[in-house]
Amino acid sequence: MILVLIETENGAASEISLETLAFARSLAAEGGGIAIRAVVVGAVENRDALAAELGTHGAAEVRHAVGEAFTSYSGAAWAAALQAIRESTGSVVVTAAGSPRGNEVLAHLAARLDVPMAANATAFHGLAPFVVTRQVVGGAALEEMKLDQRPAIFSVAGHSWSVSPVEGASPAAWVEVTPEVAESDLVARVVSTGTKEVDHSDSLKSAKVVVGAGRGAGGADGFGAVTELAELLGGAVGVSRVVTSLGWRPHHEQVGQTGSRISPDLYIPCGISGAIQHWAGCASSKTILAINTDPEAPMMTKANYAVVGDMHEVLPAVIEELKSRGVS
Amino acid sequence: MTNVLVCIKRVPDSSGEVLLTDDQQGVDGRYVGFTVSNHESCAVELAVQTAEATGGTVTLLTVGPSEATEQLRDTLALGCHAAVLVEAEPARLGPADVAREIAHVVREKEAAGTTYDLILLGNDAADSGDFQVGIRLAHALGRPVVNGVSTVEVADGHLTARGDGPEGEETYSLPLPAVATLLEGGVEPRYPTLKGRMAAKKVQIETRALSAEPAGASRVRLLLPPPAPSTVEVLGEGPEAAGAVADLFAKLGVTR
Ligand SMILES: Cc1cc2nc3c(=O)[nH]c(=O)nc-3n(C[C@H](O)[C@H](O)[C@H](O)COP(=O)(O)OP(=O)(O)OC[C@H]3O[C@@H](n4cnc5c(N)ncnc54)[C@H](O)[C@@H]3O)c2cc1C
Repeated sequence: MILVLIETENGAASEISLETLAFARSLAAEGGGIAIRAVVVGAVENRDALAAELGTHGAAEVRHAVGEAFTSYSGAAWAAALQAIRESTGSVVVTAAGSPRGNEVLAHLAARLDVPMAANATAFHGLAPFVVTRQVVGGAALEEMKLDQRPAIFSVAGHSWSVSPVEGASPAAWVEVTPEVAESDLVARVVSTGTKEVDHSDSLKSAKVVVGAGRGAGGADGFGAVTELAELLGGAVGVSRVVTSLGWRPHHEQVGQTGSRISPDLYIPCGISGAIQHWAGCASSKTILAINTDPEAPMMTKANYAVVGDMHEVLPAVIEELKSRGVS
Repeated sequence: MTNVLVCIKRVPDSSGEVLLTDDQQGVDGRYVGFTVSNHESCAVELAVQTAEATGGTVTLLTVGPSEATEQLRDTLALGCHAAVLVEAEPARLGPADVAREIAHVVREKEAAGTTYDLILLGNDAADSGDFQVGIRLAHALGRPVVNGVSTVEVADGHLTARGDGPEGEETYSLPLPAVATLLEGGVEPRYPTLKGRMAAKKVQIETRALSAEPAGASRVRLLLPPPAPSTVEVLGEGPEAAGAVADLFAKLGVTR
């Protein structure tokens, strides 16, 4: 039995939870058709819709943990629920999305059961011994890690599996459970949640065009043409971590693994090398136009279009050209 | 008065090209140098702010090779008071081992009369990316833990921590003693002052041996991902490419 913790967004399973189910299905098939159970914790907006969705993605059953303990989030309480469900179902594998919540809850579970946990798996190799490949160094390297204790606990890295619905699948059976949660597991729970408005990166995440700048900007005063082009195109500025670490621009402008994930129609990274952690945040841009002095920089070879040159010369020329064509 | 323990890790600077050691067991930092993870730099900043605000102390702890004294000294210079090195070959340790070693130091210190009301760590190490040392530590010590938060504040024996959740900014409030793991972005780490550097030189780093034989990281080997194939179209070189860029914008419909 494989247990998959599902996170929801606006009532539906999150994209990365569905990717995790796809990974679990592949694992289940390799094991000769092991059953998959999904676990959902806390309030659910539309149970029938979620049961249908999870069934379509391979879950035979949903265990829904309800009760006062789950009205606001606590990693330890979620892990207590997962632990109780795993004990009652005898699951040998427990997995979740490699999201902040997924990794946190699994780490609590692994600590409680005193077994290893692999964060951010991207693949598995055989079942005996059970070895997973996972992302380390922010995705710049991979580790093959043996998970030979039961349950095998691992999270699944985002974008490493494609969501793949099963044609004609029936909705997952729905079983409500009320796992016991100790008081001590509720000490660190969310006491209030602010509105999304405080998130300054919202405009960056939803922008149709993002003009990016990295170390190539050269300093805090090297962003004049970058912001001007972003304004001309009605877009937002996005930067690499070097830029925020050096204090040239605020953190909410950072794109990447530890910054925002963007998916604009056009991303224009200037003076950004394209390190894997930056790429993690911009890979889903529709079109990428890289501007860099180094034609061999990873961003230049991964982009759709490239201009080889100094961003401080190229950007002003582009701005001038746009203005001469009447763009303002 | 809040005594804070901050756990940091010596990691290869992986901002450039990542190289692996010949035995594929570790990241080779010989050519790129070593540093402290960004998450942990933020944890250190918050520790120093907390101790300053409450008249408390900051103790640094690392589980790592003897060379990690370099990171301890650099970090001491930011306003920390004491440092402990648990000497170990990092490749031999998994996250459960590291958590156990930290817990062991905390318990011994407490038995000797030094308490740590707040223990801060990075949410995940830049190299091993395990996402679990803080949680395993809290579990071993029987303390509550909050994860992936950006700020912490201490008042009246309570910790208030804030971070980004799926639906907006989340606030946690919990009694001390507690553990928190930090993400970057909530504070700007400070730079060392000359006075700080001088003070750091004088601190005696307490060096300890492992308390138990490590169980290891279950690592088979490390690999580098294969490079992605290139399909790039070069529009030109330097300012001369401006026309082609403007044409592209028009083609993509991004100019209004
Ligand atoms: C755990 C972890 C998480 C991370 N998370 C993130 C993240 O979220 N986001 C992120 O961005 N990084 C992240 N990083 C850091 C990442 O590894 C890189 O260090 C960073 O992205 C590099 O930024 P950069 O491209 O601006 O700088 P560099 O790598 O220094 O590259 C600068 C580029 O600019 C070019 N250049 C220089 N001058 C000019 C000029 N005048 N005109 C044009 N081009 C020029 C150079 O050729 C080079 O390609 C993370 C790292 C780790 C370990």
